[in-house]
Amino acid sequence: MKAYNIYISGVGGQGIITTSVVIGEAAMKAGQEVLLSEIHGMAQRGGGVSTELKIGPSHSSIIAEGTADLLISFEPLEALRALPKISKNTHVVMNTAKILPFNIQGSENPYPPVTDIVEEMKSKSKDVKGLDAVEIAKKAGSILSVNMVMLGAALNVPGFPMDKKRLVESIEANFSEKTVPINIKAFEEGFGKFS
Amino acid sequence: MNLNDILTGKENDKLFLLGNEAAVRGAIEAGVKVAATYPGTPSSEIGNVLHLLAKEAGIYFEFSINEKVAMEVAAAAAASGVRSFTFMKHVGLNVASDSLMSAVYTGVRAGMVILTADDPSMYSSQNEQDTRYYARLANLPLLEASSPQEIKDFMIEAFQISEAFQIPVLVRTTTRISHMRGIVKLGPVEKRPEKGFFQKDPQRFVPVPATARIMHQNLVQKMEKITKIMENSPLNKEYSRDGNVGIISTSSAFNYCLDVVEEDEIPLKMLKLGFSYPFPEKTVLNFLNSVERVIIAEEVDPIMEKEVLAIIGKHGLDIEVNGKLDGSLPLTHEYTPDLVREAIYKILGLKMDSLLIQESDIPLPNRPPTLCPGCPHRASYYAVKKAAEELKLSDVIHPTDIGCYTLGIASPYESADYLLSMGSSIGTSCGFSKATDQPVVSFIGDSTFFHAGIPPLINGVHNKSRFVVVILDNRTTAMTGGQPHPGLPIDGLGDPAPEISIEDLVRASGVSYLQTINPLNIKKAVETFKEALQDQGVAVVIAKQPCVLLKKTQKRGTAHLVVTDDCDDCGECLSTLACPALYQGDGQVEIDPLICRQCNVCVQTCPQDAIKGKKRRANK
Repeated sequence: MKAYNIYISGVGGQGIITTSVVIGEAAMKAGQEVLLSEIHGMAQRGGGVSTELKIGPSHSSIIAEGTADLLISFEPLEALRALPKISKNTHVVMNTAKILPFNIQGSENPYPPVTDIVEEMKSKSKDVKGLDAVEIAKKAGSILSVNMVMLGAALNVPGFPMDKKRLVESIEANFSEKTVPINIKAFEEGFGKFS
Repeated sequence: MNLNDILTGKENDKLFLLGNEAAVRGAIEAGVKVAATYPGTPSSEIGNVLHLLAKEAGIYFEFSINEKVAMEVAAAAAASGVRSFTFMKHVGLNVASDSLMSAVYTGVRAGMVILTADDPSMYSSQNEQDTRYYARLANLPLLEASSPQEIKDFMIEAFQISEAFQIPVLVRTTTRISHMRGIVKLGPVEKRPEKGFFQKDPQRFVPVPATARIMHQNLVQKMEKITKIMENSPLNKEYSRDGNVGIISTSSAFNYCLDVVEEDEIPLKMLKLGFSYPFPEKTVLNFLNSVERVIIAEEVDPIMEKEVLAIIGKHGLDIEVNGKLDGSLPLTHEYTPDLVREAIYKILGLKMDSLLIQESDIPLPNRPPTLCPGCPHRASYYAVKKAAEELKLSDVIHPTDIGCYTLGIASPYESADYLLSMGSSIGTSCGFSKATDQPVVSFIGDSTFFHAGIPPLINGVHNKSRFVVVILDNRTTAMTGGQPHPGLPIDGLGDPAPEISIEDLVRASGVSYLQTINPLNIKKAVETFKEALQDQGVAVVIAKQPCVLLKKTQKRGTAHLVVTDDCDDCGECLSTLACPALYQGDGQVEIDPLICRQCNVCVQTCPQDAIKGKKRRANK
């Protein structure tokens, strides 16, 4: 049995590590093996960030190219950057709200139109689910809950190796009591988007 | 997860821990009573977690002024019979190495473990040196972990070896292992006394020529004894046993190899060396005798590979070795699963199923890390440039230092011209001022100034150099996540502590010009830098303004900045500040209110005076 590989990409500060820990702890509590690779330090200062989750038997925490089962991208451009990790069979859940790189002004390549990005992703994967997670998070009560919107949306992917109950428990365990309700709401809104 | 679980977790509990968090649990289980560090990624989170837990865990913990002092604090504790733990990034061990070399001679009474985290591929470092050489240079035992569970378990093993042989033990991790999160099964916590007693024994603890000669002989004998026991160490073990080709590996490289062997069901014999120095000659010889060919997988330098070649030579074996030295694996950067898989297939002459690796057909703009919105360093860079421009100075050299301000390398700041190591901004300023007639303005952070900036500053004054030092005092050790340092009123345990004044230290060193400014006041900052640039000696400007990442300085949601209709779209703010909150909207520049921290630098620098503050509506 091979591990179920989840690649999560986005921009530093979007809550990618928290999301990964929520999934990973849920997997652990469900009795599964799990490894997570995180990026800390210099790489976080507004740069592109990714985590790699392997649920199931594995020794290294890094996903080989083309072997992600699921890509959750918190930012459109960072979905494109993750393409080497995915194959046609990879499910993609992507946020369509963009964050411009600080140096886009002098950049040789412009920021592509988001519609083009989604089309490009669709040409590389059989299943692409796009959503404006920022809009949904704002409605849920806090823009900071974009990550839980994305997690909720990802739960709709066929074969996602975790049930909803475990994830909700893990959200409750990983956020302060005060912010749990908003995060659960954001998670449910994201889930409802495709269910 | 609650970080308190690392302390309160019971035996057999399972936690989902980062490698660095597992190291803290290892220290707690081993009964460590003194711990010291200087923060450095990829080891920083060990200190962050100890900062939270040490007091309750009954551990004395400090953020030392630098790694050398951290090493000395730990060595003295272990010499007094108290288990001690010091940890640092790979280059931090360079700073600590002077005392390490002697601590290995004197030895310890209670266990002392030094954890060092290497950074292959340099995610947050200036080089990717392989710290395993230090085990050979200083002659001390070396353990290499390959998972969070192993980091915790090896810490405990390391303390046992250290105490049994009265020698410090080195535990080496890499970024991939320190920042890997995995399931860690907890063990029991050993109860040990908090205080020790230093029994004087100058023959043992004072290495002067007469005593050091004996100490070195004793060290060699200790290592011979350790070699004997480590041949049977459970940390070195064989994994799969098929085939006549073997792999010897360790740490991350081992993980990649074992994944290939298990997932692709390739018949390969595997030997993992978790206890890798002294090199287990008998264990390896035994393994070599069972294969016709051996692959050595390690990061970053071919250290084990040369050890294996020596054993093959010594015993006259006829075995082909594939590794870094024959080009099968690269000599630089970390491995990846793909790289290791491809190398193994190539060496074995196996055909790989060709997998289409997809790439974007749309050209991608980069997203490099940058100074945060509201970062006071941006203002300092701007003001220094402006000051030099107004004085018509050209070819100004900007030696820089280790910290967020290395991000000044990027356009439009271009304020990082030369960098070697912690404190090198000021040391190299001394050299530039003597070797050239160019103006020199160097940048160094507050924590880095304490760490290694004071001796070169005194050096510059005494040797009559001429340069400007800008101390970017943002009241924290920012790049590594915001740890306190001696300039702050808090210590490693979270207790109140005397605040050491940077200004007083600088004044005492006898500089000819000293000013403290708030860099966010651009006009005053430019004036001050102009004065400093005209000074004939060593001029110091302390640009004091807290880091925007410090919680108490976060200002979100009260007011925000807007670009008014006065904007003529000249683009000056975009091209000189490159602030993440500023972007080209439709028609004119706009400010993202969610990103903006209202530092007001753009307000002050806009040539059209077109940026204004605006009250936010209460319900937003």
